Amino acid sequence: MSTDQRGGDLLPIVNAPHLGRPPARFAGARRRMTRFFTMPTGIFGTVVLVAVVATAVLAPLIVPAAALDVTRVDGPSLHPPTAGYPLGTDQAGRSVLDLVIWGTRSSLVIGLIATALTVVVGTTIGLVAGHYGGWVERLLMQITDWVIALPGLPLAISLAAVLGQGNASIIVAIAVTSWTGTARLVRAQTLAVGARSFVERAKALGATDGQVMRRHILPSVVPIVLVTSTLKIADSILSAATLTFLGLGNPMDVSWGSILNSALGQGALTAGAWWYLIPPGVAILVVVLGFTLCGRALETIINPRMGAQR
Amino acid sequence: MTGPAPVAGDGPAPLLEVSDLRVSYGVGDRSVKAVRGVDFVVRSGEALGVAGESGSGKSTLVMSFLRLLPPSATVTGRVRYHGEDILTMNWGRVRAVRWAGASMIFQGAMSALNPVRTIAQQIVEPIVLHEKVGARAARARAASLLNDVGLPAARLNSYPHELSGGQRQRVMIAMALACGPDLIVADEPTTALDVMVQAQILQLLKDLAASRAIGLIMISHDLSVLAEVCDRLAVMYAGSICEVGPTAEVRADPRHPYSAALLDAFPEIGDPASRRRPHGLPGDPPDATLTPRGCPFAPRCGIVMPACTVHEIELWPAGHGRLSSCLRVLPEFADEQPVVIPAAATDVVTERNPGG
Amino acid sequence: MSTPVQSSAPRPVLEVKNLRVTFASRRAASPARAVDDVNLSLGKGEIIALIGESGCGKSTLARALVGLVRPESGQVIAEGSPLRYAKAALRRHRRSVQLVLQDPAGALNPRHTVYDLVAEGPRLHGLTDNLYDRVRTALTQAGLRPPEQFLARYPHQLSGGQQQRVVIAGALALDPTVLVADEPVSSLDASARGEVLRLLLDLRDTLGLSALVVSHDLGLAWNIADRVAVMYLGRIVELGTVEEVLLRPRHPYTKALLSILPGARGTSALTLLQGETPDPTAIPPGCRFHPRCPLYAEKQEDPRASWCRERDPQVLPAQSETALAACHFVAPIRKPEDADSPHSAVAP
Repeated sequence: MSTDQRGGDLLPIVNAPHLGRPPARFAGARRRMTRFFTMPTGIFGTVVLVAVVATAVLAPLIVPAAALDVTRVDGPSLHPPTAGYPLGTDQAGRSVLDLVIWGTRSSLVIGLIATALTVVVGTTIGLVAGHYGGWVERLLMQITDWVIALPGLPLAISLAAVLGQGNASIIVAIAVTSWTGTARLVRAQTLAVGARSFVERAKALGATDGQVMRRHILPSVVPIVLVTSTLKIADSILSAATLTFLGLGNPMDVSWGSILNSALGQGALTAGAWWYLIPPGVAILVVVLGFTLCGRALETIINPRMGAQR
Repeated sequence: MTGPAPVAGDGPAPLLEVSDLRVSYGVGDRSVKAVRGVDFVVRSGEALGVAGESGSGKSTLVMSFLRLLPPSATVTGRVRYHGEDILTMNWGRVRAVRWAGASMIFQGAMSALNPVRTIAQQIVEPIVLHEKVGARAARARAASLLNDVGLPAARLNSYPHELSGGQRQRVMIAMALACGPDLIVADEPTTALDVMVQAQILQLLKDLAASRAIGLIMISHDLSVLAEVCDRLAVMYAGSICEVGPTAEVRADPRHPYSAALLDAFPEIGDPASRRRPHGLPGDPPDATLTPRGCPFAPRCGIVMPACTVHEIELWPAGHGRLSSCLRVLPEFADEQPVVIPAAATDVVTERNPGG
Repeated sequence: MSTPVQSSAPRPVLEVKNLRVTFASRRAASPARAVDDVNLSLGKGEIIALIGESGCGKSTLARALVGLVRPESGQVIAEGSPLRYAKAALRRHRRSVQLVLQDPAGALNPRHTVYDLVAEGPRLHGLTDNLYDRVRTALTQAGLRPPEQFLARYPHQLSGGQQQRVVIAGALALDPTVLVADEPVSSLDASARGEVLRLLLDLRDTLGLSALVVSHDLGLAWNIADRVAVMYLGRIVELGTVEEVLLRPRHPYTKALLSILPGARGTSALTLLQGETPDPTAIPPGCRFHPRCPLYAEKQEDPRASWCRERDPQVLPAQSETALAACHFVAPIRKPEDADSPHSAVAP
């Protein structure tokens, strides 16, 4: 190429000896993970979550099925904590600790599935609205605004009641009332990214709408969605507990909400059986805390990087 | 780097005298040395232009005058305003100097206006802050200031978004003049403006500075902007001044290869030497965390000599009222042949300065 | 060099004919006439500089050339065939006409490596065999040597000049015939400016690439362009070779722009126009420049002054033997009968 031979005052060749060795693959991701695990919120949150998930997974091993069957237990009724029953017993004589451990499974599963549904619905709507604009966006955002205006809890209760008792209805009810936040967030981010020059460049290079979304918009949207999902799981678990507490879940299922429901129903409050009332609430608190801490840590890691991208 | 006091001609006492100013961020080996020993003098009624590219330290330099840098910045040296060192003043005195003595027009000033307050409120604010005048008198002053910058007084009631870019810049200038300073520092006052509006604003600044005998320090990466307004031009590279002198002379006959390259980058229309021959500068801006031995420009210099990578660099006289930090202004190096440094060896020869 | 614009030259690689682009404006009642009847033609291996201030429509015109913006009327013609806006036609168009934007840092997705950024175009068009070689070749052509050094880098690790070279490499990877560059060097340091401009000239010399460079900087036209078109409020007001327009300008706007350059003080007095460019939603009647025109102000007694208020100067054709200026005062009155017709385009 003739430009190689050009000497004189200027070389069009740009040498880059000082750039050194190229960065290893995934160096950025590794760096972010390290940061996550050096933040107190990150560490704490992860510890809590690991403990919670372990409890849920190992529950069948820790708590024999017999311990939950009211016909097969023989503990004292509504007894305060002792060595054999660290958290006391319920009115049927079951160990409250066993109940709470078992409840982890239901709460976690409902929370995770409901969140997954919320995120998928919300992200899709947000992406479509933000990317296509025009009447599509207007229509979708109007629908979103209507749903936001509806009161969440009554709507969830009505839905669950209509869909029948059971965990599936709770999951659907939660998803229907929570997708709006994600949708608006994703739409805002889609609009922001869509305005960036590199999207225009992609179009100039010949990208179709779908290609632009897949290559540029979605990857920029995913970090935010990750953060909100983590925080949303906490919300979902809380909502699930509320709905099961109100008796809308599967009556055969043991979940924290149902434990509280039974507790109040069986007069634990008047009997002063604090060991029956407090543990489920504490359990909910701990799980929500775990997810919230992780979510906050993720947010901190993601945000400064997004700021630097400006 | 302390050289001889920059020549500015004999005249009234200096308004601003900067001696061995150094600014660095962070500590230790990895500290960023943004400004590495700068000296100059500005007198009343004089306009000094500071030219340089991004990373040259020019913005950091002028922000340090009024102590506007974040706490993470370490500033040493002396900045004497009417003989008093600003860097060692107590805060009360600094606040008194800010705006009433020396005011600043910031980079991106057009977006520095508060969008929810009217122009009147924003111009009046520094006035009532610094002087004991009533609201009516302050507003009347604001109106006359707007006239001085070429805007009708009716604009007092507008909000920033109702004004064009050029008009907002005029408002910023009016604000800078509000308390009658005798020194104005303007950091890229015309970036993001159209060339015609830019020319209008520069003409305005020139007229104002002349009519009120204000000292002006203007920063720009665009030499043509500085050529309009400034009597003297200082070119910065890698945190130090590499050339300073009367604007017309520096532009006609630069005495440092970097100034020459910067001037060449913006061709003169009609000059056959630049017709279909754009002049750039190969290589990359220097790493601000390293302290090179010898001249920081050596890796990119077209007339470099072996001595350039070892000899200590300072500002030497290079003609009447001119200084340059190029070794070639010294008689012993004037005729030495340039060396073509092969590509691999153009790495900056550095040693980490233990003192920092 | 006094060769006039090639009028009997082979077919131009890119043309626009009577192009109009308007945008609906939310604030004003009438639409913004960003590009208001423009003719332009770019020959093979030619570099045209399109010079104007903000709001003149030059960026919109650049985007219309690449097909990112649909015109309200008029045509964009590539290699002799008018551009249609069906998806397939647009994709084909983008293989030959590529865009280089102003801010390279923003134009490069910060999460992608240089390899991915340059490979993006070919991947979008399904050109995946020998992709690695294609990328390396493009980087080399753009002056980033050795290309292997740069493949794994991220944009933030590169200087502004290098980033812009990556953008250009990304365009080159599609083997285009035309580069449309919108302010390619305005956000770069002075030192990188020359490098990127030099690259554009080299690409013309080695690859035969034609270029339309949009800028506010007349010096850039002097540096690299063959012809220059000066734009004001959606119209081209002066067109000709660089020597003709920059050394012997005829339109008052061009003269004013040249007079504010520092080097011009010897040859012309400083002409500072009053006020700012009006909004494209409110284009003045008659000659759109007349409210700010120093020539109009000076020639109030001249009978032609009424034309400035009432008649739009003719739209300049894309090609002509000599330089053209859209000004009523540029053409002399030839015959009394002609006094009523708005001549302006053809000089004697």
